[in-house]
Amino acid sequence: MSSTHFIGAFLAVEMLAAVVLTAHAQERQLTSGAFPLSGYHYMGTQIQELQDDEFLNPGRFAVDHGLELWLESDGSEGLSCHSCHGDASVSMSGVAARYPQFDENRRSLVNLEGRINEMRTEFMKAEPLELESEEMLALAAYLTFQSLGEVMDVDVSGEAARYLEEGREYYMQRRGQLDLACSQCHDERAGMMLRGDRISQGHVNGFPVYRLIWRSMGSRHRMFRWCNWAVRAEPRELGSDEYLSLELYLAWRGRGLNIESPAVRP
Amino acid sequence: MAEFRIRKSVPETVRKGEVFEIKTLVTHPMDNGFMFGRDGKRIPRHIIHRFEAIYNGKTVFGADWHVAVSTNPYISFHALAEESGTIEFRWHDDNGTVHVDSVYIQVI
Repeated sequence: MSSTHFIGAFLAVEMLAAVVLTAHAQERQLTSGAFPLSGYHYMGTQIQELQDDEFLNPGRFAVDHGLELWLESDGSEGLSCHSCHGDASVSMSGVAARYPQFDENRRSLVNLEGRINEMRTEFMKAEPLELESEEMLALAAYLTFQSLGEVMDVDVSGEAARYLEEGREYYMQRRGQLDLACSQCHDERAGMMLRGDRISQGHVNGFPVYRLIWRSMGSRHRMFRWCNWAVRAEPRELGSDEYLSLELYLAWRGRGLNIESPAVRP
Repeated sequence: MAEFRIRKSVPETVRKGEVFEIKTLVTHPMDNGFMFGRDGKRIPRHIIHRFEAIYNGKTVFGADWHVAVSTNPYISFHALAEESGTIEFRWHDDNGTVHVDSVYIQVI
């Protein structure tokens, strides 16, 4: 056994390390967890262009649909959203950026979808919209669009602090057959590749998003269900307490990011 | 199934002989017939198989689409107008429906 083999192998390792280091230098900005970075920066330029183009962005169809629903009367009171709230571009500006929030009357967390259904049942006396239905996604997308560019800023003081802690626990907990916690990918490995995909920091500022693999809009909770399924864990129900807490934690974790909805994601 | 929604970009006025761009984007699942649903059954093919643009009754642009065209198909093409008129877009759906939309273009 000559030592040349050993040196050769050593050189190969050195060269590999050099290649990896160069690649890492390029990814340093994406992998640094020091500040929140929107999922926008983790996708290819073609999808970025799709999101930025007002004409091409498929999520804008949901926004258009949402405006129609905003103006449409429903329920026994003969009211529409517009009857009370008027022009959404004024009354709803910045609202979605503050959800989910703790509701004093309900004594629980409520997200945007939950608030929409509360308004429908309590004031319009209409049927609640089914979560993840086309109508609910359209209305949520329309409302969130009124906060486009606004800074995501949820209140985690007082009673909400408990839910924030619950959400953090869910985020840090390993789960599923793959035994992975959200944090292991989205905190520790953001910017690295997972097969053909670049792992993002897992922020929720783009939701509701148009996701290309779904070929449709999806809410934050649908994404949580998808992530749970991806690590082969049991998904929770849409609108469940666990997901509401997780949503609050993620909104707080990405505080300072701008609302991008309707974002396009791969 | 979702409503068929149309988004179009056509200039309101164009100069005579000027080449201008027309863009349309519509919502459609464009199911290619090779996919299986959650129930394990094959989702039947359901696509827009032909797109046409008709200007003042004359077909000025047409395209046969096949199963490789993506969900929410987008098309852009260029045209040249000698006189004012109405451009009509026709999307021929596999289910027999023809979705129609039109817009007036003024030539100055």
